[in-house]
Amino acid sequence: MPDGAAPVLDVKDLKTVFKTRAGEIHAVNSVSFDLRPGELLGVVGESGSGKSVTMMSLIGLLPTPPAEIRAGQVVFKDQNLLSIDETGLRDIRGKRIGFVFQDPMTSLNPVFNVGFQIGEPLRKHMGLSKSAARTRAVELLELVGIPDARRRLNDYPHQFSGGMRQRVMIAIALACDPEVLIADEPTTALDVTIQAQILDLVKELREKLGMAIIWITHDLGVIAGIADRVLVMYAGQVVEQAPVQELFANPQHPYTRSLLKTIPTVSGERAQRLQVIEGQPPILTASPTACPFLPRCAHHFDRCAAENPARRPVAPGHDAACFWDPTTGAPR
Amino acid sequence: MSVPHKLVEVRDLKMHFPIRGGLLQRVVGAVKAVDGVSFDIYQGETLGLVGESGCGKSTCGRALLRLYEVTGGSILIEGKDIAEVNAEELRQMRPTMQMVFQDPQASLNPRMSVANIIAEPLDEHMKLSKSERQARIAELMDQVGLNRDFANRYPHEFSGGQRQRIGIARALALNPKFIVCDEPIAALDVSIQAQVVNLLEDLQDRLGLTYLFISHDLSMVRHIATRVAVMYLGKIVELAPRAALYSTPQHPYTQALLSAVPDPDPAIAANRHRQILTGDVPSPANPPKGCNFNTRCPKVMEICRQKDPEFREVSPGCFAACHLLNDDQNNKPGRVT
Repeated sequence: MPDGAAPVLDVKDLKTVFKTRAGEIHAVNSVSFDLRPGELLGVVGESGSGKSVTMMSLIGLLPTPPAEIRAGQVVFKDQNLLSIDETGLRDIRGKRIGFVFQDPMTSLNPVFNVGFQIGEPLRKHMGLSKSAARTRAVELLELVGIPDARRRLNDYPHQFSGGMRQRVMIAIALACDPEVLIADEPTTALDVTIQAQILDLVKELREKLGMAIIWITHDLGVIAGIADRVLVMYAGQVVEQAPVQELFANPQHPYTRSLLKTIPTVSGERAQRLQVIEGQPPILTASPTACPFLPRCAHHFDRCAAENPARRPVAPGHDAACFWDPTTGAPR
Repeated sequence: MSVPHKLVEVRDLKMHFPIRGGLLQRVVGAVKAVDGVSFDIYQGETLGLVGESGCGKSTCGRALLRLYEVTGGSILIEGKDIAEVNAEELRQMRPTMQMVFQDPQASLNPRMSVANIIAEPLDEHMKLSKSERQARIAELMDQVGLNRDFANRYPHEFSGGQRQRIGIARALALNPKFIVCDEPIAALDVSIQAQVVNLLEDLQDRLGLTYLFISHDLSMVRHIATRVAVMYLGKIVELAPRAALYSTPQHPYTQALLSAVPDPDPAIAANRHRQILTGDVPSPANPPKGCNFNTRCPKVMEICRQKDPEFREVSPGCFAACHLLNDDQNNKPGRVT
């Protein structure tokens, strides 16, 4: 991917806050990233790290209230998505930006057959007739590898297995040839052998269709196999960003470093004892003034408590939000 | 271990759930969740039980503690068949065997304080004075790394990892010998999983516990288990010591399963040839004829569609159920590599 190409999506300083009776929760704190044409951007983080909320904020999928997008801009093809009204967003959502959610059972409507559901975006966004939408739906089901597609159009979601349902979700997301596909933990609810099938399918579709993909997951193994570039999120912030090879070979942020050490593998060395990250992620009741990883960090020093580190370049295409330098073991 | 002592012996365990249908709700079939599994668990070891969702691993774990009335087979725990004993005997055996559940949110009563949750087994099985009870609660909380000052708080005030510690403390209350851990880390975040797994290992060292560790996470099982059993559609297809299972899996299903696990290393991921299974797991209400895996097996032979392979010892300590591994079979299409 040429670094110079104009990004498909450019997110700057996004801040999302949830207002609750107990006070505010600062779920997303100044998140910035771009998505380049044709790339697969992996977003990793634990639950509550803000990865899903970030993506939902981008395209206005969060209910407001309680959510409030307090600052930032999201530029998608010269338009700031945050300043477009709901009608304008509807033209983009599902048409130019497609989604796949984690749980295919709850995101498909149980009372409509899948042919109708795949056809829905085609009729709404593309103005296709009922029969044209059906024809296209058959193509889409074939594209995502569902055998006997024509007959299966009349089946309801419960008649599909988990993996097949996720294929249907992908077919719906791809219906209008989106420029961007956002996939939020699309394989988390699936078994490993089925996950392997879906990962393979996505790789194949990417080559065929060439859209840019944002892939949210908590599984570093999935990221390693599929992503071009990775954002690591922690406590509502991007703490590290790097090309996938670089991230795994040369992680810079202490959080990324410990995360990579805590996960056991099925091959290679087996550790006698798992490394742990003591403690747990913070609850973000206010915008952080110190590094949010500080309480769990083995390398913190005075400055980390005084100031929340901004992302700074550490290698070409690689940045991290940390004052500590793992190569020298001293402050940067 | 010089002379390994068998703590649990399971023989031909069957757990079928009836399917009712029709106007009179007659039994019209059965979901064969567990269909004839046999294995031993040795004192002090961790037996990993892995498989995909719906393969019967949780049902197997629950049946082992007789949380279900089993359909057939025997479960000897310290020589006593718990599938047979009457209610009172079962009650007396309960303290030796406990369970840690998957979802700490759902398995802790939200209206009970942590102290009362941990002490519930004590109240049920022992007669302790108020101060003894208090002391035991504090001791248990220390053991699992919970701050004893929080004894009067309620489950919702704790994080997921801490809640799982509460569940573990409750399981430890009666000094059990054997604990069934049913996906104890599946609901936790990656960085918290390691904390809980290390705790389980520490407790095993300190208290000499024996675990049945049920999980779908093959990498974590590789870390914690002494031996590993792989289930598919209600049957154990392979059981072997950890190192052997992960380095030289014998059964085609184990091979495919291991090959499907994503490796957190882009260099390995790029070069690895993955073996991708086609299709889905058949319904346990209507398993295929012959070997259960024959509909998805990349090495399927004619005999697999006819005859169910026997679960047998293929090399010392390694068991598998596959026609490919039966040397005495007439059709031998070459060894599994």
